[in-house]
Amino acid sequence: MHADQTAEAEGGSAIERFCERSREVGVPVARVSREEATDVIGELADPPVVATPLPWEGIDSPEDATTEPTPDDLERATTGVTPAVGAVADYGSVLLRSDRAGSEPTSLFVDRHIAVLDAADVVPDMGTALADHGDAFREESASIVVATGPSATADMGELVVGAHGPRGVDVVLIDDDADVGETIDGGSDE
Amino acid sequence: MSSRSESRRVKAAKIRALMESEGDAVRANTEGFNQGRYESVARLEDYEGLKDEARAIKEEAIERLPELIDAVRETIEARGGTVYIAEDAADANRYIAELCAEQETETVVKSKSMTTEEIDVNDHLAEQGVNAVETDLGEWVLQVADEAPSHLVAPALHKSKEGIAELFNGVFDPDESLETAQELTAFARDRLGEEIADADVGMTGANFITADSGTLALVTSEGNARKCVAATDTHVAVAGVEKIVPSVEDLQPFVELIGRSGTGQDLTSYVSLLTPPVESPVVDHASPEEPIDSESADDREFHLVLIDNGRMAMREDPELKETLYCIRCSACANTCANFQHVGGHAFGGETYTGGIATGWEAGVHGQESAAEFNDLCTGCSRCVEACPVKIDIPWINTVVRDRINRGDDGEFDWLVEGLTPDADPGGVSLQKRLFGNFETLARLGSATAPVSNWLAGLGPTREAMERLFGVDSRRELPAFRRETLVDWFEKRGGVATSEKRAQRGKSGEVESTREVVLYPDLYTNHVLVDRGKAAVRTLEALGVPVRIPEIPSSGRAPLSQGMIATAREKAEAVADALAPHLIEERDVVIIEPSDLAMFRGEYEKLLPERTADAISAGSYELLEYVYGLLEEGVDAGVLSGPRGDGDVAYHSHCQQRTMGLEAHTVAVLDRAGYDVTTSEAECCGMAGSFGYKSQYYELAVDIGEELSGQLEGSGRVLTSGTSCTEQLGSLGDEPVHPIELLAPGRPAGGDDGS
Ligand code: SF4
Repeated sequence: MHADQTAEAEGGSAIERFCERSREVGVPVARVSREEATDVIGELADPPVVATPLPWEGIDSPEDATTEPTPDDLERATTGVTPAVGAVADYGSVLLRSDRAGSEPTSLFVDRHIAVLDAADVVPDMGTALADHGDAFREESASIVVATGPSATADMGELVVGAHGPRGVDVVLIDDDADVGETIDGGSDE
Repeated sequence: MSSRSESRRVKAAKIRALMESEGDAVRANTEGFNQGRYESVARLEDYEGLKDEARAIKEEAIERLPELIDAVRETIEARGGTVYIAEDAADANRYIAELCAEQETETVVKSKSMTTEEIDVNDHLAEQGVNAVETDLGEWVLQVADEAPSHLVAPALHKSKEGIAELFNGVFDPDESLETAQELTAFARDRLGEEIADADVGMTGANFITADSGTLALVTSEGNARKCVAATDTHVAVAGVEKIVPSVEDLQPFVELIGRSGTGQDLTSYVSLLTPPVESPVVDHASPEEPIDSESADDREFHLVLIDNGRMAMREDPELKETLYCIRCSACANTCANFQHVGGHAFGGETYTGGIATGWEAGVHGQESAAEFNDLCTGCSRCVEACPVKIDIPWINTVVRDRINRGDDGEFDWLVEGLTPDADPGGVSLQKRLFGNFETLARLGSATAPVSNWLAGLGPTREAMERLFGVDSRRELPAFRRETLVDWFEKRGGVATSEKRAQRGKSGEVESTREVVLYPDLYTNHVLVDRGKAAVRTLEALGVPVRIPEIPSSGRAPLSQGMIATAREKAEAVADALAPHLIEERDVVIIEPSDLAMFRGEYEKLLPERTADAISAGSYELLEYVYGLLEEGVDAGVLSGPRGDGDVAYHSHCQQRTMGLEAHTVAVLDRAGYDVTTSEAECCGMAGSFGYKSQYYELAVDIGEELSGQLEGSGRVLTSGTSCTEQLGSLGDEPVHPIELLAPGRPAGGDDGS
């Protein structure tokens, strides 16, 4: 159902497929317009919130978010908001790039991670994702986590969602073509 | 000799104990992973293509390894990291201990890494007063329990939730006793969170390392590897040299295959692509109230310890080299019937587990370590199609078995040497020698039947067989038939008669001009003669004349005992006997799937390429051949349809399935009007001689019972392979070969009446 659709995976269909796959791996997607994005992030983010800067003009984390957290803030935070630099439609994965602002710990030490993603950065398949970022690894020493669903373990005798990493993940997908009105399907059910 | 029979008893007891204590958990988990793999790879558009890509990248990488190591070193050093090539475990441990001493660290937090298990770094650090804490939940359970991993990917899969709860409650005595998997996970997460906060050094493995960018790929699910790096300022990565691939783009097939092949997940939660020292601030729990300093990203230190420990020598070894392509996904273990029933504590060596462990253990720890468990690979070949880098795992097991045989000084026994005219050295055990020379036994058996059968069944004989050869006395022995298939065919008038009968069979609109050489495999010729007669009658009725010349045995029996020299002699003799027929463009039809698997598979390694290719191209499995005739338009009406409801339960042979030939039998039965249910079990457990061996008898029966349970109630049981027939026959009604149902004018299984 996934990788085999790469042939028709362009533009809109890759985004549709990303949304579908993301939900299948337990990550709800709120598909919103640029104008709505800040409000939706605010609604989804249960306090206390930690956040790293979002690179899109006019899109911000909640006002009460801590942007220069201490280690204790991180451990105490319920929600972490960070940007994603891309997504892979076939797998419902988001690409989280490490940065000096601390996006890696902010997405990792919290109970719930909200990844904010620009629809323009969704690619159809893994091959394209690696090719697109190949030079970033080589020339900018980039580190990227391909994150698919919340953290999980089967080591305690059965599957448990929420191991060392977040128990819940939401994606806020900024899509100017989004159909306003039927876009928000709510956060993870915690 | 008695020491051998004693060690067989010890081994049987160990396997029995493991089946009881760990068998249920191992089986539930591995069978779940295996099923998940089938489902997950089926979702790929081009699974085979992806495997080919992965294989090609590994082949290239190992070929260019010295150059790639230099490239990794250059890239990482240019960024301020260090690369240390450790010759062996001691060298690696010394270097890592020195690093910890420099950092004055007391605690090292680790994410899961089999390579650090290989070098036993935890023990070594403990001797230096450094506490290495496993943060992968499964590894931590084992650390608390002081046990070894039983699986490459899910190290604690032999433990149940109840077992872990008992362990934690006993060791930690928590305020409220722990019960559910959620509670256990939360407890472990909190405790390990504190350890991570305390540590200054994080140690990880690496699934892959890219030479062009110095990026490590870590395939994980829990998030502990990410935390071990994020919260410490010194990152030590330990990896075998074989983990290097040329470029970031080369990661694609591996990232897409590794989770699917292993645990049946399309992708695990996190594939971390770290290019260290990572550009991320250190979460310094020593100053919990200080804002995390973004400049601390500049203070990060990175050390890559690349382990040789025998790998560069494996690279020079033409047979073991393939092992280096292994990405340690665990598919070969999960798909293995023996592994599913005993797990890695029996089917594994010092560090590694499952079928490929033979290659790894022989390469890094030495042959003796592989000798312990190597016989648990029965060569069923189900792992070959599961392996994402297409390693011929059974062949590696055969080669190492052969080397182990040769390595022994050899107790020469004139009696058995006389009985067993093989080309292999004296080090081969009597048990291996007996089964490896089955051809001699079968000839003797038929020549003296029924006396031989009567004699073999007698108490004192069985006792001696168990003591000398380790043939389990609970196992029924094959009953040799006085009249072999070849004798019967000659008596009936040989090829002249067959031509006449085939002429009568050419009644349909399409006439075949083919001619068949039916291969008289040992079992069809001496034991299961009826299936041979049914094959002859069916082919003739479809208009194809048959001949059954004397052709030697395929070499399968000695090969499965690791007697490669003997197997090669047999292969050469078979090639000589088949040559005139292949030149006449006769089709070689084979009933026994394990022999066809030799013709199509191992002969490549035993014979010159052109000879092997000619035999492979000219050989067919019996029902594959019948299917082909029907496809060419020959009338299927002569095949016998069902008398009753037509329900049949079919267990295809393991190697037949690997060759992709299960479907042909099912299709022919279907066309003849049968309603076919197929089994899911990967193997019947008998696997040639395996189920006869006293040390493995109970394991084989355990596997067979699972299979017979699957088939129960689905109708008449059909099998294609001899081993499956013997195994299922010993556990229930005697199965028949599909051809015995399909042959015209049966009574099924009855005599031919000609
Ligand atoms: S040999 Fe193949 S199937 Fe087995 S662990 Fe290695 S890569 Fe996986």
